[in-house]
Amino acid sequence: MEIGLILTGLAGVLFAAAPIIFAVIGETVTERAGVINLSMNGTILLSAMGGFAASSRTESLLAGFLTGAAIGALVALVVAFSSITLKQSQVAVGFVLALTCRDLAYFLGNNYMGISGPRIPAWDFPALSQIPVLGQLFFHHDIMTYLSFLAIFLAWAWIFRTRPGLMLQGIGERPASAFVRGANVNLMRYVYTIIGGAIIGLAGPTYSLSVKAGWNGTISGLDGFGWIALSITIFGGWNPLRAAFGAYLFGLLQWLGLVLQPSLPNIPSQVLQVAPFPLMILTLLLVNIGDAEWVERTLAALPESARRFFTRAFRALRASPPAALGVPFERD
Amino acid sequence: MMKNAASNRFGFQLLALILALGITSLILLAVGASPFQVFTDMFTGSLGSVKKISDVLVGWVPLLLVTSGLLITFAAGLWNIGVEGQITLGAIGTTMTLRSLQDSGMNPALIITLSILAGMFAGALWAALAGALKTFGGVNEIFGGLGLNFVATALTIYLIFGPWKRPGTGSMSGTEPFADPLHLPLFEGLRLSPWALVIAIAGIVFVYFLLQGTYFGLRLKAVGRNFRAAYLLGIPTWQYMMFSFLLCGALAGAAGALQVTAVYYRLIPAISSGYGYLGLMVAMLINYQAIWAVPVALFFAALNIGSIQLPILHKLDSSLSGVLQGMLVLFVLLAEGARQRFTPKA
Repeated sequence: MEIGLILTGLAGVLFAAAPIIFAVIGETVTERAGVINLSMNGTILLSAMGGFAASSRTESLLAGFLTGAAIGALVALVVAFSSITLKQSQVAVGFVLALTCRDLAYFLGNNYMGISGPRIPAWDFPALSQIPVLGQLFFHHDIMTYLSFLAIFLAWAWIFRTRPGLMLQGIGERPASAFVRGANVNLMRYVYTIIGGAIIGLAGPTYSLSVKAGWNGTISGLDGFGWIALSITIFGGWNPLRAAFGAYLFGLLQWLGLVLQPSLPNIPSQVLQVAPFPLMILTLLLVNIGDAEWVERTLAALPESARRFFTRAFRALRASPPAALGVPFERD
Repeated sequence: MMKNAASNRFGFQLLALILALGITSLILLAVGASPFQVFTDMFTGSLGSVKKISDVLVGWVPLLLVTSGLLITFAAGLWNIGVEGQITLGAIGTTMTLRSLQDSGMNPALIITLSILAGMFAGALWAALAGALKTFGGVNEIFGGLGLNFVATALTIYLIFGPWKRPGTGSMSGTEPFADPLHLPLFEGLRLSPWALVIAIAGIVFVYFLLQGTYFGLRLKAVGRNFRAAYLLGIPTWQYMMFSFLLCGALAGAAGALQVTAVYYRLIPAISSGYGYLGLMVAMLINYQAIWAVPVALFFAALNIGSIQLPILHKLDSSLSGVLQGMLVLFVLLAEGARQRFTPKA
């Protein structure tokens, strides 16, 4: 294949991954604070539908994105209220919301099916788009793609390079210590869950106003994105950079599936489309297996040199969740 | 005091029901429909005739089987979200057995029995995969299960378009339907099979007694309530978890097997029809009490059937049933939380 075609393909991967990037970054921020927002699949569908509907009614793209973010924030508020204030299971409430918001999107979106609406225009980044190769890869997109790049670095810098970010890590890891240091743990969890939800809510309109413009109900091709993004968040080890790497890797594998299709005529295209899932399970396995008891026991029985090698390998791959993830905080 | 607490709980649940119906009505008003008219049509659309009631029961069978299975994994403290895939694998196992035995000249009743058993086995095997990922790989059952659901769907589509495709070209309508003798017999003039009803009822009765009346059920609940304490008490915790996965997978597999042998008579791409996720909702709504699975699964199945006519009668999408079901579960969870928080402890 030609270099030019490969570059176009890779640029397409970066472009098409933007919704997943927003979802993964939003979830990472939420989970860093100790809250799981399992509603993601429904939130994304509802914000995609709502964002498209709002911007086709008002003819304003901005209205579409604000609607998407507002929907994401609102759903996250329900998750926060039920888990932080009412101390109900985050998984249960999140799962119910995932299904309900999905059905709500299909129900309310009925009148917007298949109609043509606005779409974000492409916008070559001034100057930077002229750089050979890199310009073609990173700077021939639309504004949401650039924002998705920015979100990755902003989230990373916030979590690992600022004081409030340190506090954010604290309320997810050791809420009691953060509380002693003067943090209002539950208020902060509310704030980060809602901000994370708003970022997740950008994923929907990024899809329905850019990547694949329009709303087509159950055949929009968006159902499942949220579940994928949840797995990628874990794969990413709650680090925005590693999470973004996971999202791009996933997009790359799906693209390779499409590209390889002609040379593998016996395999239906639907199968290649899901090829990343077994790989995802495999990577989750690699990320987690170092913690399993039998692995520790087996390692202990190995000779010193081999043990040191495997321990190091597992430690490099390993991603532990924030210690207080999913655990309500009660000061006593 | 006890009576007071019970009526208190009932009050909060009634409030949840009113809120769920109220919000759904507001949504209906927002799209310009009359809530009263829509709810009435959903009622007559699901319970208006013997034929419609029997259609509700056709949906009740897989939902009840899946819910029964999930009660076992929930008892062990597990979120078996992979149940969708376990239904799908059940259907695949059944189709595979039917295909390989259909020309063997064996007694059709025996073939059907064997293929349902094969479906249960395949469902259990798929659940065992999620269980092994959890117990030996440290992969949370929610994420392992979700991934396996996608793989199961891909496997179905691969089989329909690949090795099991219809003569000519494969299509989304599924594999070639099986011949009449390989269908489970139906009630005269209805789509409902008495055998499917018997299997579903047997499933929930089995689970009820397993959880309420056996030592195994008691220890399983101990594992679910407090894993560490159960381990220290000498309960073989991972074996119990694994076994609950196997049982749930077998029941979900039975649901998939019946979709093939009593409803579609072939393998179709969306063979699980979302019954796995719906079963999770039912289990949450009934607060994991087996006895309530029977009426609540029936109610949910009725909502599904009642919404089928909405596109024709009101130009509304039939996903309204999902919205109403979701709102109900959501508000029941919220009401339970509010009750625990805002009622003073005696």
